[in-house]
Amino acid sequence: MLPKTTHKAVCILKWNSRFTTVLFMFFGFYSWSQEVEPRVSPDTLNLQEVIVLAPHKLNHYKQDKPLSSIDDYLEKAQRVGMIKRGRYAWEPSLNNMTSERLNVTIDGMYVFGACTDKMDPITSYVDVSNIEQVTISSGQEGTEHGHNIGGAIDLKFPEAKYGPKKFKSSLDLGYETNGNYKTTGMDLAYTNTSFYLNLDGIYRHADNYEAGGQEEVLYSQFEKYNVSGQMGYLFNAHHALEAHFIYDKATDVGYPALPMDVSLAEALIGSIGHNYQSDSTLVKQWETKLYANTVTHIMDDSQRVDVPIRMDMPGWSDTYGFYSKLQAERFHHDLSLNLNGYYNRSLAEMTMYPNDSSQPSMFMYTWPDVRTWYTGLYVEDRYRFTPSKILSASMRLGYQNNRVANDEGLESLKIFYPNMGDDKNRMLFAFSSNYHFVKKDFDAIFGLGYGERAPSVSEGYGFYLFNSFDRFDYIGNPNLANEKSLEAQFKTNYRLDHFQIGLEASYFHIKDYVIGEIDPNLSAMTIGANGVKQYSALDYATIFDVYLHANFQFFKRFLVHSALGYNYGKGSHGGNLPLIKPFSYIAEVSYTAPYFNVAIQLQGNGNQSRYGYNYGEDETPAYGILNMNLGHVVPFHSNKLVFKYGIENVLDTYYSTYADWNNIPREGRNFYINLSVVMN
Amino acid sequence: MKLKYIYPIILLVLFSVACSEDDTEFFPTNELEGLTKIQELSNDSHVVELYSKSGTLSTGYNVVSVRIKNLSNNTYVENAEITWLPVMQMPTMNHSCPKSDPVQVANMNALYQGFMIYQMTNSDGSGWSLTIDYTIDDVSYTVSSELMVFQSNLQNVSSFMGSDDSRYVVALIEPEAPIIGINEMVVGVYKMETMMSFPVVENYLLTLDPRMPGMGNHSSPNNTDLTYQVEDELYRGNLSLTMTGYWVLNLKLLNELGDVLKGEDVTEDNTQSSLYFEMEF
Repeated sequence: MLPKTTHKAVCILKWNSRFTTVLFMFFGFYSWSQEVEPRVSPDTLNLQEVIVLAPHKLNHYKQDKPLSSIDDYLEKAQRVGMIKRGRYAWEPSLNNMTSERLNVTIDGMYVFGACTDKMDPITSYVDVSNIEQVTISSGQEGTEHGHNIGGAIDLKFPEAKYGPKKFKSSLDLGYETNGNYKTTGMDLAYTNTSFYLNLDGIYRHADNYEAGGQEEVLYSQFEKYNVSGQMGYLFNAHHALEAHFIYDKATDVGYPALPMDVSLAEALIGSIGHNYQSDSTLVKQWETKLYANTVTHIMDDSQRVDVPIRMDMPGWSDTYGFYSKLQAERFHHDLSLNLNGYYNRSLAEMTMYPNDSSQPSMFMYTWPDVRTWYTGLYVEDRYRFTPSKILSASMRLGYQNNRVANDEGLESLKIFYPNMGDDKNRMLFAFSSNYHFVKKDFDAIFGLGYGERAPSVSEGYGFYLFNSFDRFDYIGNPNLANEKSLEAQFKTNYRLDHFQIGLEASYFHIKDYVIGEIDPNLSAMTIGANGVKQYSALDYATIFDVYLHANFQFFKRFLVHSALGYNYGKGSHGGNLPLIKPFSYIAEVSYTAPYFNVAIQLQGNGNQSRYGYNYGEDETPAYGILNMNLGHVVPFHSNKLVFKYGIENVLDTYYSTYADWNNIPREGRNFYINLSVVMN
Repeated sequence: MKLKYIYPIILLVLFSVACSEDDTEFFPTNELEGLTKIQELSNDSHVVELYSKSGTLSTGYNVVSVRIKNLSNNTYVENAEITWLPVMQMPTMNHSCPKSDPVQVANMNALYQGFMIYQMTNSDGSGWSLTIDYTIDDVSYTVSSELMVFQSNLQNVSSFMGSDDSRYVVALIEPEAPIIGINEMVVGVYKMETMMSFPVVENYLLTLDPRMPGMGNHSSPNNTDLTYQVEDELYRGNLSLTMTGYWVLNLKLLNELGDVLKGEDVTEDNTQSSLYFEMEF
């Protein structure tokens, strides 16, 4: 059989976070006993969080809202924040760092958004039906697929499943009152001992949502389709072939926080892979995948009533890549290798139509057809002194080349950098090590790491990219040095009977921290902009986060979960960094019976007193909201009906958080219901 | 979108095929390649042909090519000395414009080239005439005719009275085909000494501030002021254009002492200098 990492679902409970409470309700306790055993699956060694979505396993009952978007799931992870520009396509941040400092992959594959304004984080091109779990790795623990500073988010496809001949189907329906949000999903699965095929589709449609107090948030509508297929063929016990595709198309997506909307965001993502697996040889597993994807993103303002000037900003991003990863086991060593590479082309343009129709339209390349070639090798070794004491070390070495392929775009950038060439090479290096030990009632990990990253396409080559947050036009800087980070991470859990308490903390010292700096001599292009910022680097920045969480189980079926978080980010100039999460808290009480569950949750943030004034932030006030969710499972014959329903923001609080772009308010009271029909 | 990438390849292939065909043929250099005839001026012995790229003349800087055909043997004269004088007929007076007399073009046998900077014209294109005096083997000839000079859509020349009470003509010469990026900008500056004499002004300075009125009147970075170049008697500087569209190139003309002869700074209240050119691409 092919690789199974069934421990994963269990492991999450150990490296528990906010979201895991949801799982605890149904699933947590029987595995509790395993937790105290000093048996460690490799996956527990990372400073990772794993979110299990797993609709393919038809275990919807684990989720309080199975048809949530990927974004909703991500937001439940402790270290993850979601930056919202509307109701759709949120941008994940991890350890208070956003896209360019993260390594976000879809099952190890690189996909790059095609929007210069980050309106299409790649997490928006997949849906819950495509993904089985999300692995969130903090800092340099997450370099398996690439370089990063803040960490990695990998959205994993479902594992291959072969077995007795079987046909399964399920239908999911969801409705939310706020914004008349409708979701329909279907899943078909065929399995036999040497072949499987999965097809699924999901459709989402929402009108404008209402903030607390029934205030309609204009331009917050969206519509999205997602279709995906997955198939595999097992040649023999050792070799298998797998293929995946995802087609995702969002139309009429409103971005209330931005001056423009999106008429089309479309991605086609495909891959084909070979898996080798053996228990008897040195090499236990060897997986190789080839992939290609293409993203088209059409940003326009045709729906907006009042704009200073009409404009279109289309963007395209195509990526071709591969990875080959190998896992070997010898004596007390677990060795992993991952050789990967990709080639990406990113092109974006802007055309503005003057109000005086006698003037010609104005055109520029905002991403001048930047070609990125990356290839790198990752090596990791875990050494088990004893089953409960493990030292692990990993390293990644990579080479990156960027080339500006469009001459007009190159000439544009030469206005600012007359001596720049059309290409640039960088070597990137990452290293991390951690020590982990587990005792009956106590476990801890201590890790150190060093990592580097290359500037993103926008940071290196963007041309007059308007940031509506600080209202500056940004100019890329091809001469930026690699950003470098030294980090220390610590995580510990203590258990006593039905009580568990955990603490985790990360500290990052980031040298040559890339950020925009105002050039007062430059004239803003965008009408209404405050000026022009050029990407530059602070000497260093420091980011610190710490989380404390506790669970208490009583009367067998009740669980209390609570967590507190504190984050801090400062630059060498003494100013606060932007998008640093203020003090946050969550408290939840849940009751779980075999076919019924209910939970009440209080969630909020403190006052954002350390806001990044230089980066357009203001002091977001404290808020707290109350949520409630319930679930029923109704078996009939061998099939089952799963009802999930609840109320979000019960008190209809009007609020926005530090991560809401331009302080757009979040959703007010929302009644939702998800219905799943599972046919075995 | 995909086609967009393929087109240049097709064009490139076609272009390279076309080039290679040219290389294998051995025609003499076509002196008129890229030129279109504007008109002919004739007298008893010669026909003088005027050419430009567009085949027309318009206000601003015009490069004009000349060939003189000998009517007796239908050959083109290769040893002429040519001067010319364009004149605008106004109701109360006549005046000329800045110009250079045609000289033989390097590597060409019978083609001569000079420029004329028409600072104005009548709306129907009338008003200008051209007298060409030329000498062949010590024999002088003359020919003259009316010219049609059309009004350019965009301002590319400015004729004005400076604060020193002298009249100046300032004309945009380059970039002829602007690109997004840094363009070399070339401008001619002439003083109107008399109605018929427009000598080059030396060692003044033109400051440059390009703006896009259609987009909040924003400017562009890293422009340089235009300074006088002795070699070609023109003013040169860098013009940064960050995007295509309609640009206003705001100028100020300063003399050697730094006195502003014409033009103002662009500010919130004053969106345009009184000395400017327009550009579209």
